[in-house]
Amino acid sequence: MSGPERSLFDLEEMEINFGPQHPATHGVLRVMVKLDGEKIVESKPIIGYLHRGTEKLFEQMDFPQCIPHTDRMDYVAAATNNQGFCVTMEKLLGITVPPRAAYIRMLLAELQRLASHLVWFATHAIDIGAITPFFYNFRDRDEILDLFEEYCGARLTLNTMKIGGVPFELPDGWLDRCRAFVDAFPAKIDEYETLLTENRIWKKRTVGIGVISAEEAIDWGLTGPPLRGSGVKWDIRKVFPYDHYDEIDFEVPIGVNGDTYDRYLVRVEEMRQSVRILQQCLDKLPEGPIMARAPKVLRAKEGMVYGSVEAPKGELGYFIVTTEKGTKPYRCRVRPPCFINLQAMPAMIEGHLVADMVAVIGTLDIVLGEIDR
Amino acid sequence: MNDPIIQLAVLPVVKLVVILTVLLIIVAYLTLMERRVLGLMQVRLGPNRVGFAGLLQPFADVFKLFVKEDLTPAGAQKFVFLLAPVLIFVPSFIVWSVIPFGDSFTIAGVTIEPFIADINIAVLFILGISSIGVYGIILGGWASNNKFSLMGGLRSAAQMVSYEVPLGFAVVSVLLLAQSLSMVESVESQRAAGIWWFVPGLLGFGIYFVCAVAETNRNPFDLPEAEAELVAGFHTEYSGMKFALFFLAEYMNMLLVSSLAVVFFFGGWLPPFPNLLAGLWALPVLSWIPPVFWFFIKVISFIFVFMWFRGTFPRYRFDQLMAVGWKWLLPLSLANVLLIGLGVLVLRG
Repeated sequence: MSGPERSLFDLEEMEINFGPQHPATHGVLRVMVKLDGEKIVESKPIIGYLHRGTEKLFEQMDFPQCIPHTDRMDYVAAATNNQGFCVTMEKLLGITVPPRAAYIRMLLAELQRLASHLVWFATHAIDIGAITPFFYNFRDRDEILDLFEEYCGARLTLNTMKIGGVPFELPDGWLDRCRAFVDAFPAKIDEYETLLTENRIWKKRTVGIGVISAEEAIDWGLTGPPLRGSGVKWDIRKVFPYDHYDEIDFEVPIGVNGDTYDRYLVRVEEMRQSVRILQQCLDKLPEGPIMARAPKVLRAKEGMVYGSVEAPKGELGYFIVTTEKGTKPYRCRVRPPCFINLQAMPAMIEGHLVADMVAVIGTLDIVLGEIDR
Repeated sequence: MNDPIIQLAVLPVVKLVVILTVLLIIVAYLTLMERRVLGLMQVRLGPNRVGFAGLLQPFADVFKLFVKEDLTPAGAQKFVFLLAPVLIFVPSFIVWSVIPFGDSFTIAGVTIEPFIADINIAVLFILGISSIGVYGIILGGWASNNKFSLMGGLRSAAQMVSYEVPLGFAVVSVLLLAQSLSMVESVESQRAAGIWWFVPGLLGFGIYFVCAVAETNRNPFDLPEAEAELVAGFHTEYSGMKFALFFLAEYMNMLLVSSLAVVFFFGGWLPPFPNLLAGLWALPVLSWIPPVFWFFIKVISFIFVFMWFRGTFPRYRFDQLMAVGWKWLLPLSLANVLLIGLGVLVLRG
C-alpha cells in the first residue's frame, strides 16, 4: 500500500499472531492480524484448535447418548445445549413433554443463561481492563452452579435433560433456594452496573466500537445479543416458542446503534428478563410427571428435522437426519451461534485499533468449544 | 560530636543503607498491600497464608522469583535485554536521594537530616533521572524479539514522553508558589505560607495526579502492559529476577510519584495545619509523633488511591490516552502555570 496519501514514514505492515494462547481470546481462538501501527488492516480468525469431532461422535451414539456430548460444545451453557437437542429430538419423534418437565427445563435454561451472561460480563469487563466485576460475577455464578449441583450433581457439564423430559425430580427445598437467589439477583445486577454502565472510560471503549447495522447483521446470520444489539427483535423463545415459553411474559430487549455498548446493555437487560422468566416459572410450576411416556429404545422414522433454541449466545440449532428404525442420528449438524457470530468479527474490527479487537471478541461472547465442536 | 568524619563519611553511608533497606521493604509490602486492598474491593481475601495474615508473603514472592529460571528468548539482544531492567530499576532508586522524609533531628548530639541530599535543583534532578526509566522500557520491549513486547515498549515510550510534559508544567506551578527548586524548601515554604499548595494549586494537583498515574503505567493508563491486548507488554519475555526488577521499579515509581505529590502539594512531613494547630501538635501526647509518620501516612493514602483506581476503572485505549494527554492536560497545565504565575505576581508584588 503506497500512494500520495501515505505519510513520510511509509512503514511496513506488521503481522501479529493473536492466540491461540492469549489471555483475551477466550480459549483457543487464533487471529492473524495485519497492523498498520496499531490500526487493524486485516484480520483472519483461525479456528479448529478445540475440534473434538462432536458431530461425528453423534453418529456413533444412540439418541440419549448424544446428550452428554452436547454439554461439551458451549461448556459455559450446557443446559441450553441439552435443551436444544432434546427439543429437536422431541420434534422428530413427536413426543410431548409434560408441563412440569418443561417448566423445570425453562428454570434450568434461564439459570444457565444468567450463568453464561455472568461469564460474558466478567470476561468482557476484564478484557477492557476492569478487573473487579469478574469477582462479583463469579461469586454469583457460583450460587447458580450450586443450584445445578444440587439438582443433577454436576456444575458445568450438566447432562440434565432427557428426550421427553428431565431425569430428576427437584430436590427438597430447591425451589426455595432458587427463589431466594432469583429474588436477590436484580440487586446484584444493579451492583455490576454501577461499576460500568455510566463509567466514562467504559463508554469511551465501547460506544461506536464494532458497529454492525441491522441489515449487515442479518446478512452475516448473526443471532442472539449481537443481532438484537443492532435493533432486530428476534428471539427464538418468542418467534418459535419451545417448551412453555409462550406462557411466559417477557420482553426482548433490543439496542439501537449496534455497537459494543448496545450489546452490553442488551445482555444486561436480558439478565433482568431472565429473572422475570424465572420468577414466573417458579410461580407457575405445575405438578405432574417429569417424563413423557416414551419407549425405552427410541427409534426414529426416516426423515430430517431442524430444531433450535435461544441459547445465551444466539440461535442454537440441531439438524438431524435419521434412517428408518434408526437408533442413532445418521447425521447431526449443529448450528452453533458463536461460529456464525464470529464470522462477522473481521468486518466489525477493520479499521479499529488492536484494543478494539479485544472488545469485539468480548462482545461477541464466543466459546471455542462450540465453534470447533 | 559533630566531627567531620561522622558528618561526611559515616552518616551518609548509614543513611544510604537505611533508606535503601526501608524502601525495599516498603516496596515489597506494597505488593502485599495491593493484593490485600484489591481483595477487599473484590469480595475475596487476598494472600493470607504465609506468616501471620500473609505478612511473610513478600518474602515468599521474592524467594520464588530468585529461584525461577531466568530465560532469555532466542533471538534476543542479550546485552540490551539484560541492560533494560537495570536501566529502569536504578533511576527509580537514585531519585530517592533528594526526597526529604522529615525535619532534621538530633540523636546523641549528632544532627541528622533524614534525606541524603538537599540539592538546589532537586526538582530538575528528579524529572531528569526518572526520564531515564523510559529507556529501560523501550529497550526491553525491543530486545525481547517479540512483537507484543515491542508494541508495549513503543506504547510506553510514547505515553511516558507525552505525560512528562504536563507533569512537568504541573510541578512548575508549585515551583512558582514555593519560589525554589529544592524539595526541602518546597515543604518549608508550605509551613511558612500556612497552607498546603494543593489549595491554590488544585488544578495543578489534579493534572499532576493524572499524569502520575500515567507515568507509572497504572490503571486506567496501564496500556503498556494491557494484558488483554499485549499479554504483559514490554516485560512479556522477562522472568525471574529480571522480571522482579521491572516489578519493583513499578512500585518504586508509584511510591516516588506519591512522595512527590506529598512534598509538592500536601506539605511533606508537616502535620495537618502546622501553624493553626501548632499548640495541639506540641502537646506531650502528640509531640512524639515523628515527621516521617506524617509523610508516610500521606504517601500511603496516595498509594491506596492508586490501588482503588485499579479496582475501579477500565482501561483507556491508546489513542484516547494520547488525546487526553495532548488535548486536555497540556493546555490545562499551561493555563495553570499562567494563572498561578499571575497570582503569585499580584499577591507577592
